Amino acid sequence: MVNEQKKVMMEVKNINLRFGGVIAIQDVSFDIQEGEIRAIIGPNGAGKSSMLNVINGFYHPQEGEIWFRGEKRPSMEPYEVAKTGIARTFQNIALFKGMTTIENVMTGRQLQMNKNFFWQLFRYGPAIEEEVEHRRRCEEIIDFLEINHIRKSPVGSLPYGLQKRVELARALAMEPELLLLDEPMAGMNVEEKQDMSRFIIDVNEEFGTTIALIEHDMAVVMDLADRVVVLDYGKMLADGTPKEVQSNQAVIDAYLGVAH
Amino acid sequence: MYFRETGQFKSKYKEELAAFPIFEDKIGIAIAALLAFVLIPIFGLPGLSWDFTMSAVMIPVVIFTITTLGLNILLGFAGQISLGTAAFMGVGAYSCYKIMTIFPDLNALICVVLSGVVTAFVGTIFGLPSLRIKGFYLMVATLAAQFFLEWAFIRIPWLYNYNISGAIEVPYKEMFGIVLTGAKSEPLTRYFVCLGFLVVLTWLASNVIRGRIGRSWMMIRDMDIAAELIGVRPLTAKLSAFAFSSFYIGISGALMVFFWLGAAEVESFDINHSFTYLFMVIIGGLGSITGCYFGAILVWVVPVILKEYGKSVFGIDAFVMENFTTILLGVVMVVILIVEPHGLARIWQIAKQKLRLWPFPY
Repeated sequence: MVNEQKKVMMEVKNINLRFGGVIAIQDVSFDIQEGEIRAIIGPNGAGKSSMLNVINGFYHPQEGEIWFRGEKRPSMEPYEVAKTGIARTFQNIALFKGMTTIENVMTGRQLQMNKNFFWQLFRYGPAIEEEVEHRRRCEEIIDFLEINHIRKSPVGSLPYGLQKRVELARALAMEPELLLLDEPMAGMNVEEKQDMSRFIIDVNEEFGTTIALIEHDMAVVMDLADRVVVLDYGKMLADGTPKEVQSNQAVIDAYLGVAH
Repeated sequence: MYFRETGQFKSKYKEELAAFPIFEDKIGIAIAALLAFVLIPIFGLPGLSWDFTMSAVMIPVVIFTITTLGLNILLGFAGQISLGTAAFMGVGAYSCYKIMTIFPDLNALICVVLSGVVTAFVGTIFGLPSLRIKGFYLMVATLAAQFFLEWAFIRIPWLYNYNISGAIEVPYKEMFGIVLTGAKSEPLTRYFVCLGFLVVLTWLASNVIRGRIGRSWMMIRDMDIAAELIGVRPLTAKLSAFAFSSFYIGISGALMVFFWLGAAEVESFDINHSFTYLFMVIIGGLGSITGCYFGAILVWVVPVILKEYGKSVFGIDAFVMENFTTILLGVVMVVILIVEPHGLARIWQIAKQKLRLWPFPY
């Protein structure tokens, strides 16, 4: 596929993140182009999740800039970042355990719903119309991810693979422009991984959502990703297409170790 | 096979989002309403005198259900623990007293609602620590609210209009020629005022909880990090929960003094009462509106009725019966919490599930 000069959606520049004396991320820069699937890989503790947390606004890096849609982003709190159209799933499932699947997906619509407290109080007129309208959108997403049968089940009792899928549904309900997936396939069997990969590609192609994902399964990463960033000990090792990264000596050393 | 959902198809989302989507639930609610509005006010409870039924059983249980609703919104839906419930009821009661003094011509019911608004403000202020701390630490912070407010009720004589007794004295109020408050008011009037408040407040609570705002509270309760990521601002969600919950608690406090006790001192708002309301919420079921009713009924009505029956039916000495009911209630609570930690509401839900399939086990 010829990569005709795509627009850059997000760019992180020279990010430095420290916790006291621990350097989590050191001078990392990369960009995410519109409509691509961008993978971030690296051994454990490489700073991948920290990177997502920086993008999300959970961590505020000591140095560095984040550019989103051509503008430098000021320091933001997570709920402000959510408004700019960035959604995310978690490494450890972070579903709302006390709610059912449909309610969990509905929570993703939180920002799109805006009828005020007094309409909510009487649940009448605009408030109920809004509820119905967003319910319809959520049902579409539930259809898309094939989780209709667990619509009314409390999420706590679902098997792991389905919980991950519900989390993806919740993130999709936000209709994000940039979707961050933190190990979407951790702990899944081959079949579940295949399903998940298919959903990720479908999301990317049908909704045109830009995706940045962290994953440990190299086969999956190399098949899915358009471009890959490799981190190790908070530093950036390589950035390029899966093929380039695979043949990079520094990456091979980091993953396999070097003979002393 | 007592009821079936089969055949009750919903073809519109609006129908499914209704409060009682199942027909049998509507029948259940109708029966409960018939009991509360007609049968008990006419006949009273079996074995108890009518006056006693009204003034010692029905009026307080209705008021405490409102308190429990308020606390459940905060604890069960928004996940913010509070030990200051009784003190906030005190805020409701004292502010209602002050409002009645400052605006003597204002309708008593409006005074009650306004006192709820005042309590909402106070509750929001004492809810501020929740932005920083969670769980047990927040509990300690609300405990501080309890002690501070109790102190204020004694030390600030302006609050009780410099009465020599140091207590709230309920003034005479009427509406459409019916005496609402004061010594001359009929128990029946006061009961229906409280019941009216309960019905309206339950309806409002169930609306808010099923909508956007209620979901934002539950998001904060279940996983605050994920909630923030979806765009819920913790400040708004937590403080709105404190305000809404305090509104309910304030109204119940005002009702308690003006429509039940008739006079109140600071002892009516001490920490032991806070614990009782907490019991009601936990026994009833966290995060369930039906549970509030169950909890208040179990913790308040059952001991009162047992005591009366013990005296009248078995002729047991009142003092012995008092201790016996305390022991019994303690045992019942422990057993319920061991059998089903999610409280009576969950037991009710499971029972409904079983009845749906009866006589088949699955």
